[in-house]
Amino acid sequence: MALLPLNEAIATCVNDGDAVALEGFTHLIPFAAGHEIIRLGRRNLHLIRMTPDLIYDQLIGMGCATRLTFSWGGNPGVGSLHRLRDAVERQWPQPLALTEFSHAELALAYQAGASGMSCGLMPHYADTDLARVPGASLRTVRCPFTGRLLTAVPAVNPDVTILHAQQIDAEGNVLIRGIVGAAREAALAARRVLVTVEERVERLAADLNAVVLPSWLISAASIVPGGAYPSYAQGYYPRDNRFYLAWDEIARDRRTFTAWMERHVLGMPDHAALLRALGVAA
Amino acid sequence: MSATGYTPDEIMTVTAARHLRDRAVCFVGIGLPSAACNLARMTHAPRLVLIYESGTVGARPAVLPLSIGDGELAETATSIVPLPEIFAHYLQRGRVDVGFLGAAQIDRYGNLNSTVIGDYAHPKVRLPGAGGASEIATYAREVLVIMKQTPRSFVAQLDFLTSAGYLTGCGARAASGSPGAGPRAVITDFGVLRPHSETEELELAALYPGIGVDAARAATGWPLKVAAHIETLPAPEPDALAVLRDLEARTREAHARPIRINLRN
Repeated sequence: MALLPLNEAIATCVNDGDAVALEGFTHLIPFAAGHEIIRLGRRNLHLIRMTPDLIYDQLIGMGCATRLTFSWGGNPGVGSLHRLRDAVERQWPQPLALTEFSHAELALAYQAGASGMSCGLMPHYADTDLARVPGASLRTVRCPFTGRLLTAVPAVNPDVTILHAQQIDAEGNVLIRGIVGAAREAALAARRVLVTVEERVERLAADLNAVVLPSWLISAASIVPGGAYPSYAQGYYPRDNRFYLAWDEIARDRRTFTAWMERHVLGMPDHAALLRALGVAA
Repeated sequence: MSATGYTPDEIMTVTAARHLRDRAVCFVGIGLPSAACNLARMTHAPRLVLIYESGTVGARPAVLPLSIGDGELAETATSIVPLPEIFAHYLQRGRVDVGFLGAAQIDRYGNLNSTVIGDYAHPKVRLPGAGGASEIATYAREVLVIMKQTPRSFVAQLDFLTSAGYLTGCGARAASGSPGAGPRAVITDFGVLRPHSETEELELAALYPGIGVDAARAATGWPLKVAAHIETLPAPEPDALAVLRDLEARTREAHARPIRINLRN
């Protein structure tokens, strides 16, 4: 595990054309890392995430991605991800190929990837239209014991998974508390793992059974306070629901989106500068 | 606010809440379902178990979450489990009594579309997609659907089948082996639709005070059948309305609170 400044960590771990999963289900979404990918101008990425959220809206709108694997692509509680829609409906700024699952399927696909399996299995009942779209990746198989019909979901193995977490200790072990989503499965499925954390401590304040990623699973880590903003870090700051509501207007129009990104992401040296510019940090 | 003293959202929420019995285990979606479940929990069903798909089991939020994974849910939950577990060990294993869904389109058999309007490859409107909905529709012992009734949303033909209702009706769902009973009620801003006991086609079963059958039919994109006996639903009780409005006021205040982040280095 290498402790690096975020721009060096991203430059080292994320290459053009990589399959990249920035995970964290509503909680601990690695916004700072996503912004650094945009600043470094990475291209042709295959983005993977259960809920693309605002950070993928930004990466897609800035032309970083040509493929998206996902299971629910909206602004939670607000409405559409306008940049995702513009890419799918009008190919702006470029076409975006979709691989689409349900939450249960994509969670299983990560779990299969983390287990070294080629697929994960779940019961099969009636087909939905997702099984019939061009390039659909689900297959059905028979259980060899019962003859029951099962759905096989292909494993997902990202080149790199990026997580945000609360703490890293002196040895480089990382603690995640609160809603964990499929973060652990996505990390263990990946070839490389990059973690941003709120703070560095001597010893983790981890209860028994807390989610700890041991340092030897992690390729690189960066200390980025506020790195999940405008999502949240339990115990540090809450979700900025006002920002999620405001994003609906910012992202609706290509020009206001581009202007916002140029000013707040490309025009900022780092995440701390963005938080200060937004008046969130002193 | 209309002359009735309550809004369409309010009577939909109160009607949905009345469908929830105490101690039931509910898989809750964001928006009206979340409002209805928490209203039920704060009124007649204090031991209702709320599961949000973020893995928060037994959440008791004091304000409504904007997202499915707000910190409020984690802080008030009995337990927080990883996503593969919430879907496999709770939902797929059959531990959820009631699943609550909305959608962009519904057809006469309660099948739902939350994926695209238009052709999948060249959609007119790209919607968010399945999320947890398709498995909730399959595995919850029963499903409640809550959505506004318009000819554009209550359609003769779905553009895309995301979540299975009764499929083509007349027992097609049961024949597929789906464990759950399917959409037992569709709660709209006109009243409640329920499946016919044999054909499983949704029919108008109940109306809110002051709303006529013709208005509900005009808001439906297929020739809506009407149950032999149509119930008139009560207006929201003043107590329930007061609890709901108080909850929503607290929620608005919480969501408007500015965030401060302490940059330690």
